[in-house]
Amino acid sequence: MTQRSPAKAEGKERVGAAVAAFWAPAFAGERLDFRTDYLLRLGDDALVLGQRVGEWCGHGPVLEVDISLANLALDLIGQATLLLGESGDGDKLAFHRDVLDFRNCLLVEQPNGDFAQTIARHLLYTIWQHMLLQRLQQSSDQFLREFAHKAVKEVAYHRELASEWTIRLGDGTEESAQRMADGLEWNWRFIPELFEVDEGLQQAIDAGIAVDPRSFEEEYRAAIAAVLAQAQLEAPADQRPILGGRQGHHSEHLGHLLAVMQFLPRAYSDAKW
Amino acid sequence: MPFEPEHRRRYIIHMYTTELQKSAKIENLEDPKLLEAFEARVAADEFIEPKDWMPEAYRRTLTRQISQHAHSEIVGMLPEGNWITRAPSLRRKAILLAKVQDEAGHGLYLYCAAETLGTSREQMIEALHSGKAKYSTIFNYPTLTWADIGAIGWLVDGAAIMNQVPLQRTSYGPYARAMVRVCKEESFHQRQGYEIMIALANGTAEQKRMAQDAFNRWWWPSLMMFGPPDENSPNTAQSMRWRIKRETNDELRQKFVDITVPQADFLSLTVPDPQLKWNEEKGGYDFGEIDWEEFYAVVRGEGPVAKERMKARRDAWQDGAWVREAAAVHEEKRRARKAA
Repeated sequence: MTQRSPAKAEGKERVGAAVAAFWAPAFAGERLDFRTDYLLRLGDDALVLGQRVGEWCGHGPVLEVDISLANLALDLIGQATLLLGESGDGDKLAFHRDVLDFRNCLLVEQPNGDFAQTIARHLLYTIWQHMLLQRLQQSSDQFLREFAHKAVKEVAYHRELASEWTIRLGDGTEESAQRMADGLEWNWRFIPELFEVDEGLQQAIDAGIAVDPRSFEEEYRAAIAAVLAQAQLEAPADQRPILGGRQGHHSEHLGHLLAVMQFLPRAYSDAKW
Repeated sequence: MPFEPEHRRRYIIHMYTTELQKSAKIENLEDPKLLEAFEARVAADEFIEPKDWMPEAYRRTLTRQISQHAHSEIVGMLPEGNWITRAPSLRRKAILLAKVQDEAGHGLYLYCAAETLGTSREQMIEALHSGKAKYSTIFNYPTLTWADIGAIGWLVDGAAIMNQVPLQRTSYGPYARAMVRVCKEESFHQRQGYEIMIALANGTAEQKRMAQDAFNRWWWPSLMMFGPPDENSPNTAQSMRWRIKRETNDELRQKFVDITVPQADFLSLTVPDPQLKWNEEKGGYDFGEIDWEEFYAVVRGEGPVAKERMKARRDAWQDGAWVREAAAVHEEKRRARKAA
């Protein structure tokens, strides 16, 4: 895959050239069939975000939040288990691939930061994921259809939770509004990647198994704008998009996340747990 | 949460802060008739409910016990939380997440149960952070390898079940009901821990080494979880009479040893106690002397990772202060807008 998605979406010029757009995909040598590739994209998103959210466990601002964050992480790890299991040996895929073979978007691997940054990341991802899953229930692929049918209910709750907290923090104290704005500002540049369509994804879309994210970009932008309006927050200015995750070129953060997550199966490669 | 009437609450809060000095005097102020009726209800195994009259010492003992229990659940999330990001398979990660989440849930029910006695969650948390309130000594030991997650589930949750099953019949209604839910989940926790140990015990030489090492480190602290020996447990008699406790520390400890030793045998693990021996006559194991110096040191806050645990709790609370404040301010704004 050397062609990038169009720099225009819905007729709107993207801001500047996308960073990393000139990179060749990291795994050009071992192309996967488009279905496996699609399963891995969604599965890696869920795994990496679940791992991130799981880092909060025991350290939340209040007990109720600890419980709801653990719920999110549990749902996401459950989704990753199904998706990676459908693309092969789930544990092998989760614990024995290096960064170049991970296909998650850059947004989900961003560090937790403070609670506002975590919520900002979750809001931006979960509204996308929810809209995607709503449509994926009409996929021509039976597994994906059934998966979407199950996961969409979980993610509806994630969306509600992230929206509620964005509103609470945005429309809370001066400090919380500032932190929420900073969290959005940090994660905003990773939105365009969610709507990128490269060759592999296009094939999956053409085959009727995948959803074309561009079909709901406008709805997504409007949904985010609606939450931010309720939160009395300004949307950050669009930034130069950072891309590359879907092609195996990640931020520096992912390597550290994997080092922690994969340590045991890597250190004791013949062990069963 | 149902709260006590305002005047009563203030009185209790005052009492709570001066508990140690005033306890004797307060007891003397109790109406002997009320006390007698109360004792009769408890003796008849009736549940005492939040609005019922109760002696202040009963209220105080329960508040202490339930809040300690709640704190133990919350601090107990830390040693296992330490391995969520490093769980070795997707399945193990999901199970561990669910388990630690259950502990948060247990903490929540228990704080709620304690609140029905008139102390707020904030006050209890403050007491934990100031070092005034205690939590189970067991959580002041570190989780060094994945086998520690197995050992905690197997031994620590096993000991906790042993302690908590009788509490489903404790005399205070909200506590007993919380315990019914807690116990259901604890037995799942114990099983998942033992399952981890089985995988390790049947695994590679390195895994077996991890399992034995974890067992060596957690065995004695698990026995200490039942508290000081009966002859040194000044609260036991009163607590038994009030049906707050239903079996003595030593009885429960013996039960735990008798159940756990065959489980260790099944795993081919060696119990780290050369004096351990089956006693045909009593139908149970004799075991070596527990190092009570160690126990009391940990109670005093000198456990190997006590500082780390308290720092993690205080940090989470302090780092989250702006979140709690924002949520409260937002709620006020929302209410004001609704009223306008």
